[in-house]
Amino acid sequence: MHRFANPTRFLRIANAVLPWTGGLTALLLGVGLYLALLNSPPDYQQGETVRIMYVHVPSAWMGMLVYLTMAIASAVALIWRHPLADIAAKAAAPIGAGFTIICLVTGALWGKPMWGTWWVWDARLTSMLILLFLYLGYIALVNAFDDPNRGYRAAGILALVGVVNLPIIKFSVDWWNTLHQPASVIRLDGPTIHPDILLPLLVMAVAFKLFFITVLILRIRSEIAAAKIRNLQLSLARG
Amino acid sequence: MTRKRLRLYAVLSGLAMLGIATALVLSALSDNLVFFHSPSDVVENSVEAGQRIRLGGLVEEGSVARSDGTVLFAITDMKTTIPVRFAGIVPDLFREGQGVVADGQLDGKGNFIASEVLAKHDEKYMPPEVADALKRAGHWKEGEGPEGASYK
Repeated sequence: MHRFANPTRFLRIANAVLPWTGGLTALLLGVGLYLALLNSPPDYQQGETVRIMYVHVPSAWMGMLVYLTMAIASAVALIWRHPLADIAAKAAAPIGAGFTIICLVTGALWGKPMWGTWWVWDARLTSMLILLFLYLGYIALVNAFDDPNRGYRAAGILALVGVVNLPIIKFSVDWWNTLHQPASVIRLDGPTIHPDILLPLLVMAVAFKLFFITVLILRIRSEIAAAKIRNLQLSLARG
Repeated sequence: MTRKRLRLYAVLSGLAMLGIATALVLSALSDNLVFFHSPSDVVENSVEAGQRIRLGGLVEEGSVARSDGTVLFAITDMKTTIPVRFAGIVPDLFREGQGVVADGQLDGKGNFIASEVLAKHDEKYMPPEVADALKRAGHWKEGEGPEGASYK
């Protein structure tokens, strides 16, 4: 693993991968949006409103997946003192917060016409809101110290503690009565979505994942550059 | 034991203990974490009249009646049924056999007076033509939609 700890080696790989992930993101997002908005059937109950799902569900998955990525990176950084892992966790946080906000906003827009309310305090919606607060807490904490390493340490512990929220989000709809319906795709007996509706959803989900990888690489690259500038300024100041 | 190994065990045991603590707290609070109660819960626990609760279940087939701005229907969980009165506009998805959650209170005569009615939808998505075809072929249970619909 320490082979990738070297920022120069990381940058060489990242720069080679970046055009591919960026291009694939644009391609799949285009295909996915075409399928989702123009070339897929309405739902038998929800009609055209079901199209909100093609943005809502992939963002919800990404909100959780990015958090898991951030927590694993924080664990690697805390245990093995891997410098790039700290940077990766910090770079991922605002992306995950963005996905979580998109999930909450599209969920409210979908809830009003279908359920009859923008928001209820049921277990699924509340645990998703807590996920947003965990992201915001992480971002605040990682930037709260003059010494970046102390920020990384404190925020990394927060990220690990917040991991308990992920199974709560996933299983809230099975453990308790909620207004939100149970899982449709990731369930033991197979998806309960017709293939014509499932395909655009999966294309959008892959596009969102590639978007995350692309933006994560860009953000790690700028974090590395910022760290270099900081070190240069420090050595200049020491004269 | 190296320091890395020590830190690994510290993180793992910390997470395990946090997980156990969270599970204990959530199971202790599980009565407060449910969003609504079923008609059977309400009858079994003999909820007092005037106490605000949320009642959830399916709108019973053939129970919906409308009279000047008031909707009368019954919420059932297939074991117990409670009649509901609601003066207001129900959501688009509201129909017989559909899941609903009503916020309100019992009037002491076995009726539930709702101040808000929310529709619940299930986890099944399909094009209208597929739903029609399933209904024609008889693979449709009223109130539950298509039987065993999963696309493996």
